[in-house]
Amino acid sequence: MFHPSGVRRRSRRPAPRLVAGAAAAALALAGCAGAGAVSGDGEQIVVAIVSNPQMQDAISLQEHFRAEHPGVDVRFVSLPENEARAKITASVATGGGEFDVVMISNYETPMWAENGWIENLQPYADATEGYAPDDFIPSVREALSVDGDLYSVPFYGESSFLAYRQDLFDERGLEMPERPTWDDVRELAAELHDPQQDFSGVCLRGLAGWGEVMAPMGTVINTFGGRWFDDGWNARLDSPEVREAVTTYVETVQQYGQPGAATSGFGDCLTRFAQGNAGMWYDATSMVSSVEDPASSNVAGDVGYAPAPVSETQAAGWLYSWSLAIPSTSESKDAAWDFVSWMTDQDYIELVGEELAWERVPPGSRLSTYEIPEYAEVSQAYAEATLTSMGEATQDNTMTEPVPYPGIQFVGIPEFQDLGTRVGQQMSAAIAGQQTVDEALEQAQAFAETVAATYRAEADAASTTGGS
Amino acid sequence: MTTTAPATTSSRPAAPGGAPRSRRRSTGTLLTALTWILAVGFFFPVAWMAMTAFKQESQASSNPPTFFFEPTLDQFRAVIGESGTYVANSLIATGFSTVLVLLLGIPAAYALSIRPVEKVGDVLFFFISTKMLPVVAVIVPIYVIAGQLKVLDNIWTLVVLYTAMNLPIAVWMMRSFLQEVPAEVLEAASVDGAGLLRTMRSVLLPMVAPGIAATALICVIFAWNEFFFALNLTASQAATVPIFIVSTMTSEGLFLARLCAAALLASLPVILAGWIAQKQLVRGLSMGAIK
Repeated sequence: MFHPSGVRRRSRRPAPRLVAGAAAAALALAGCAGAGAVSGDGEQIVVAIVSNPQMQDAISLQEHFRAEHPGVDVRFVSLPENEARAKITASVATGGGEFDVVMISNYETPMWAENGWIENLQPYADATEGYAPDDFIPSVREALSVDGDLYSVPFYGESSFLAYRQDLFDERGLEMPERPTWDDVRELAAELHDPQQDFSGVCLRGLAGWGEVMAPMGTVINTFGGRWFDDGWNARLDSPEVREAVTTYVETVQQYGQPGAATSGFGDCLTRFAQGNAGMWYDATSMVSSVEDPASSNVAGDVGYAPAPVSETQAAGWLYSWSLAIPSTSESKDAAWDFVSWMTDQDYIELVGEELAWERVPPGSRLSTYEIPEYAEVSQAYAEATLTSMGEATQDNTMTEPVPYPGIQFVGIPEFQDLGTRVGQQMSAAIAGQQTVDEALEQAQAFAETVAATYRAEADAASTTGGS
Repeated sequence: MTTTAPATTSSRPAAPGGAPRSRRRSTGTLLTALTWILAVGFFFPVAWMAMTAFKQESQASSNPPTFFFEPTLDQFRAVIGESGTYVANSLIATGFSTVLVLLLGIPAAYALSIRPVEKVGDVLFFFISTKMLPVVAVIVPIYVIAGQLKVLDNIWTLVVLYTAMNLPIAVWMMRSFLQEVPAEVLEAASVDGAGLLRTMRSVLLPMVAPGIAATALICVIFAWNEFFFALNLTASQAATVPIFIVSTMTSEGLFLARLCAAALLASLPVILAGWIAQKQLVRGLSMGAIK
């Protein structure tokens, strides 16, 4: 039995303890609320980057930056491409202000510069002694500039080219033309294709996505004389040129391509080509860091490189660059520039070469990289092909007719991430044989026309205001 | 039940009713086989993850897959070296949010079961309705508000959000456990002169302790695994373990072994918590079934 009096006496005890606990919790909350803003020693900058191998190398070399800039405490946020793109876009577009340096590409740079979201880096670059912005590969510099001013600076750049198995070509007495056409590619692929041995003539991306199948296919559309939109913002995916281009791509990959082509992206093609199960592969020039690495590739040293296959144009390679920009919201712009310039300087290239390996140097950003003897030695097989492809990657060289948007393998408008992915899904379905090329293009044209209509309306509104 | 039936009958001499018995036996074998297939099917990805974590990157991505290899701890070494801040953040977010959820949820559940307030149904519906809106639909306003309050990339923002996220579930769960408590026991306590706090501490809480353990575990699991808020609202300071796991991925180069090592380590605390709370949990989760 309970003793009522005893109960009452003891029942009061928990109350003060509870109050004390709650007060402690409140204090803890209040005390630590600002933890995110407190910096260690000196000025803190937060750098958001894409977690590709070359960026990871930069993180591993950060001690060198700290040694040069003891007053700057640098922290990294490193995420895979899709998450990084979404996060960086959200933060910069809403002025979230978490980042002082962001890694973006030549797709975002012109749009974001126009919106005033990122800083003009030209004054910083000009004022930094020995930084040599003129050393950047001209096509890349142009793609990252608005009105001649750099708004982001390239960390590395890539174009696209055709990799082929030199050893097999020699064995079979085949020869890769100096500038192959898509007809050549089909003929060579037919010669090499051997499904019995699980060997495919060629590897081409088929995975839905604006950054997957639409990148190589976009360059094919361009070189066949097609375009997404004409000068008056009319969708032109229903033109005979586009139809021929897409049919060529789809038929080539269906007849001589890898099994499961509709779901294979860069990574799958890389695995297949590197394991020696494909004769040719048309993709990003950045493939060399894996293809030529004996640790992850069985074909290192056996691969030749030719320019992107063409049809009506002289060149067809795409242009892409991961570059560093400073959001306008950053409160530590000078410290941010210290870091940006460190990571994109000629000295950084030498640092990677000496500390890590010359193969791991970020390629395609600076002309001087290709003059370093040690780099020239390790990159003998692909340096020239890379540099040529990048040099030629301009709209003038890779397209037959003018277009109202920036970009080669992409359309430089914000809607393109969505549009490109939707169209990519249609193309992927055509590659899988779920629908015909005509059906896919009809749907793609409808998607593109929706986007085009808004731009025509904007152009009309602008011309009316301009005329009145 | 089906598997024990043949064992009890087998000791008897063979009876004429052999046909149905053997049918029962074959059904039992079939069920056992099916159970094994399902169990192995469900467990295989986990086993594969654990195995891959001990491989080198080139073995992890080889095709056909490697089954025999020399295990290495390289991936774990790298993961443990890099994950310190992330683990600390996850512990803060999970621990504080779970404690807050219990502090707020148990009294709320009490007011909805033992001494019900008016319109209990409406209140309960209001709680659960907050779970009906998809998170992705509210992320933009939350992000903008957090940005203006300057609490982006702050672990206490996640504590508050995780508390709000888990509170409705905790209230609903705790309510069903509290309803199991017979009113007579509480009456007896009050006849003996116990006040509200005394009743709660000495009578109610010991009786529903398994329920509290089950609720706490669910909250811990949800908070520990939460990815969407963490991805959008954190950057360098407050990132949690799920963010660390994806940051080991890359679109160029090999990452499978490192990813598996990170995922394996990240799932250990939850498995451990579940294992420790196992006894309480079985009672807690089956509590609603006693009646």
